[in-house]
Amino acid sequence: MVKLTILTAISGLAVLSIIFELVRRRQLREKYAILWGLVGIVVIPLAIFPGLLNPLSRAIGVASGVSLVLFLAVVFLLVVCIHLSWEVSRLEEETRTLAEDLALLRTEMRERVGQ
Amino acid sequence: MINGKRVLIVIPAWNEQASVADVVREVRGELPGVGVLVVDDGSKDRTSDMARDAGATVARLPYNLGVGGAMRLGYRYGYEHDYDVVIQVDADGQHDPRYVPKLVDALDDADFVIGARFAGEGDYTVHGPRKWAMTMLSAALSRMNHAKLSDTTSGFRAANRRTIELFAFWYPVEYLGDTIEVLVRLVRNGYRLAQVPVTMRQRQAGTPSHSPVKSTVYLARAALIFALSMVRK
Repeated sequence: MVKLTILTAISGLAVLSIIFELVRRRQLREKYAILWGLVGIVVIPLAIFPGLLNPLSRAIGVASGVSLVLFLAVVFLLVVCIHLSWEVSRLEEETRTLAEDLALLRTEMRERVGQ
Repeated sequence: MINGKRVLIVIPAWNEQASVADVVREVRGELPGVGVLVVDDGSKDRTSDMARDAGATVARLPYNLGVGGAMRLGYRYGYEHDYDVVIQVDADGQHDPRYVPKLVDALDDADFVIGARFAGEGDYTVHGPRKWAMTMLSAALSRMNHAKLSDTTSGFRAANRRTIELFAFWYPVEYLGDTIEVLVRLVRNGYRLAQVPVTMRQRQAGTPSHSPVKSTVYLARAALIFALSMVRK
């Protein structure tokens, strides 16, 4: 049990430091940095003290705190994936509009030069 | 000018260097006084050069967007240059420009006119799942439109100013969205759709696919797009 706690604690700290480094190098937009930073802050205490959620999980009928964390993690990751798909769709629409603008501008430029 | 209207022919072309020049020349020969815009959809070959040499205006997208992407650019061009009518003609030579005046005339009583292959003229045939898809789409859309639409996937189409104003800002880029979803949206929003029977010719380049797997996938995607476009805002 102690070994497991060490493993989860190290993993949590590693993820947090990757996020910090990405933000420091300006590779990650602030909104995502805040999101993942908050996740790290919630997850690390749980990694070190896996029993923290036991009272809450018992109150809502989940057998152990660890199961509750797993369940919440799956739901959270699913929501993040949906959000990213949405964001990619929006970005594609934006680049599409830019590509059209570029094509129209170049056509117009050529027409003016030709006159 | 055709029938007192300023007409723009939009030819979406992706790697069509073998046929695009002939299509442009034929359109310009048959229809003097219309604008001809070739939208080069990010071709890797000499499509743009061939089209320009043949006398067309060319708008070149920096990367491939698909027919829907190319057509929205075409409608935007038509919108910004104040054309009354925009007509889509394929770059592979299967659409006969001699039908264009008929399409323009039909716009007197409609907002959007489809050059239809199954409406009595010509001998175009399809089989299997692709045919089922086309039959079902045509039945559903005809019912919604209160007038027959027998060829919902034809790429030979004419839009009046009202429709151009919509398509300059909204035109789906997804596969089949440019054919099916467009029609559903028009019908749902009270645009009047009509069709003109046309004969299509053999493609000058490229071959249509007849694989059973592909046409089954086609059926599924067509059904999905149709269902989605019925509930989309």
